[in-house]
Amino acid sequence: MSGVVQVAGELIATRRAGAYHHLTIVSPGVAELARPGQFVALAVGGATSANLLRRCFSIHRAKPSGTYGGTVDVVVAAHGAGTTWLTGLRPHDPVDVVGPLGRPFPLPADAVPCVLVGGGYGSAPLFWLAEALQARGCQVEMVLGAASDDRLFGVVEARRTADGVVVTTDDGSAGRRGWVSDVLGDVLDRTGAGVVYGCGPMAMLRSVTEIADAHGAVAQVAVEESMACGVGVCMTCVLPVTGNDGVTRMVRSCVEGPVFRGDRVRWDAFADGVCRVPADTLGAPSAGGH
Amino acid sequence: MVDMSTALASMVLPNPVMTASGCAANGHELHRFFPVSELGAFVTKTVMAAPRSGRGTPRMAETASGMLNSIGLQGPGIDAFAKEDLPWLGSVGARALVSIAGTTAEEFADVAERLASSPAYDAVVGVEVNISCPNVANRGLVFACDPVSSERVVRLVRERLPEGTPMFAKLTPDVTDIVSVAAAALRAGADGLTMINTLLGMAIDTDLLRPQLAGVTGGLSGPAIRPVAVRALWEVTAAMREGRLPTAPLIGVGGVRTGRDALELVAAGASAVQVGTATFHDPSRPRRVVDELEAEVARHGFGRFTDAVGIAHDRTARP
Repeated sequence: MSGVVQVAGELIATRRAGAYHHLTIVSPGVAELARPGQFVALAVGGATSANLLRRCFSIHRAKPSGTYGGTVDVVVAAHGAGTTWLTGLRPHDPVDVVGPLGRPFPLPADAVPCVLVGGGYGSAPLFWLAEALQARGCQVEMVLGAASDDRLFGVVEARRTADGVVVTTDDGSAGRRGWVSDVLGDVLDRTGAGVVYGCGPMAMLRSVTEIADAHGAVAQVAVEESMACGVGVCMTCVLPVTGNDGVTRMVRSCVEGPVFRGDRVRWDAFADGVCRVPADTLGAPSAGGH
Repeated sequence: MVDMSTALASMVLPNPVMTASGCAANGHELHRFFPVSELGAFVTKTVMAAPRSGRGTPRMAETASGMLNSIGLQGPGIDAFAKEDLPWLGSVGARALVSIAGTTAEEFADVAERLASSPAYDAVVGVEVNISCPNVANRGLVFACDPVSSERVVRLVRERLPEGTPMFAKLTPDVTDIVSVAAAALRAGADGLTMINTLLGMAIDTDLLRPQLAGVTGGLSGPAIRPVAVRALWEVTAAMREGRLPTAPLIGVGGVRTGRDALELVAAGASAVQVGTATFHDPSRPRRVVDELEAEVARHGFGRFTDAVGIAHDRTARP
């Protein structure tokens, strides 16, 4: 496990970004350690909050030094009590930050072409990743998809950063009508990409993995599993992943992930909004269950 | 200067604050936030005989001032625990209170025996026998729901542990009469009791109109259940004071977030306090409660922590 700090942070900027909120939080020590793909766990609701569980967000940007000290940026969709509290914060309000957490996106040793795929605000960490890849000489193209125009995140930033950008929306309100999986194969053929990075809903990550496999590319996906703590102690954010030894284990996405090789994730376990324990998992329940 | 040390049977600790089993993994993770040796004891995640995957997901649902969990006792198994986790806890100077379980009384005893044969057994200050986890496929296997089952498990574990290893039975409040289960555990050789485990609960997703947890039901924890813990500690302590139960130390657990919360359990009768779900909110919470509880004990003018144990029984207004 890599370095992590817990700091009493301070919100210094909050603005709307389509359907989302973009927050900048002064959190000394976090930005210095952070790498693309890692996340922060934020406490919500204050010291007497009835919402005890941390909310985890992929780091959109990390700036080790600035006017106020190190900052991290996160993108929040307000859909529950905790995220609504966060989006209601005003500048200079305190936010307790734990981070950086999890394993970052691995970067290729060679300057291979890469394609970065983001679903909805899952694109948040990809711009920072794109810059890290470009610094290694990698050509970077991005594919951003969402249900509708307002649920895309970072299209302008993508066009500024990447060597090519394709946008899809389910309703056709921006870019091509359809899913990222409809266009990804063509982008892989055109770029000859060796690595595909994905961040977004689980169903999208599964498609990204399958398409990458079919085109001879490695998929590195950052999964979204609900977490209670973010630091590895609650055991709620697990998913079945096959290790180098060929054995499937229920592993914590907060510590062993959130980035996994797509072909190691047991996508067959996910259906109907739940993840079952595959029968060949280490310590899987016998008849009757756990 | 307050003397914060506490003695639980033969287990003497520099302070009365512990992690709660299943809320702190096996130490590595929290050690990034504070030295786990600074806690009175570190209570490990319940370990069973074999590696165990636990249940599918969702395993967790947030509730008002609490949460439901349905982990299903995921763990590496006692051999891996004894080989890897326990030596590490010893190496950082932690005092390990090891939580064990089994699906049968014999498995409990087997786990105890394999634990006792670990070369790192020196790090063990006690064993907590988890006879009350609600996340088992068969509710009939929650041993602590039945005095006879509780007694059988505790007796078998006692036989396999080295003489002198303090043993605590962890009880559920989901019973008609917790005093009778406490009596059975003490009769079978438990040195003390840990109270309380989670309460069985359930939440329904009101958009999908189906259970939120893949395992349907789960254990309710967090500040929402603290009054239940206080009541359980109160009842058992009262029974001891009235001579209906042999006197034995109690470890309080349930909804502790602050030093003041911890003091509440202490005043009801707990000689030590575990911090559980609050650790998910703040990974530094167990360590902070050490200082906060000391400040609370000082605020009341006690020179020793133990002066506050069970004090609410003495101060109850008589009608």
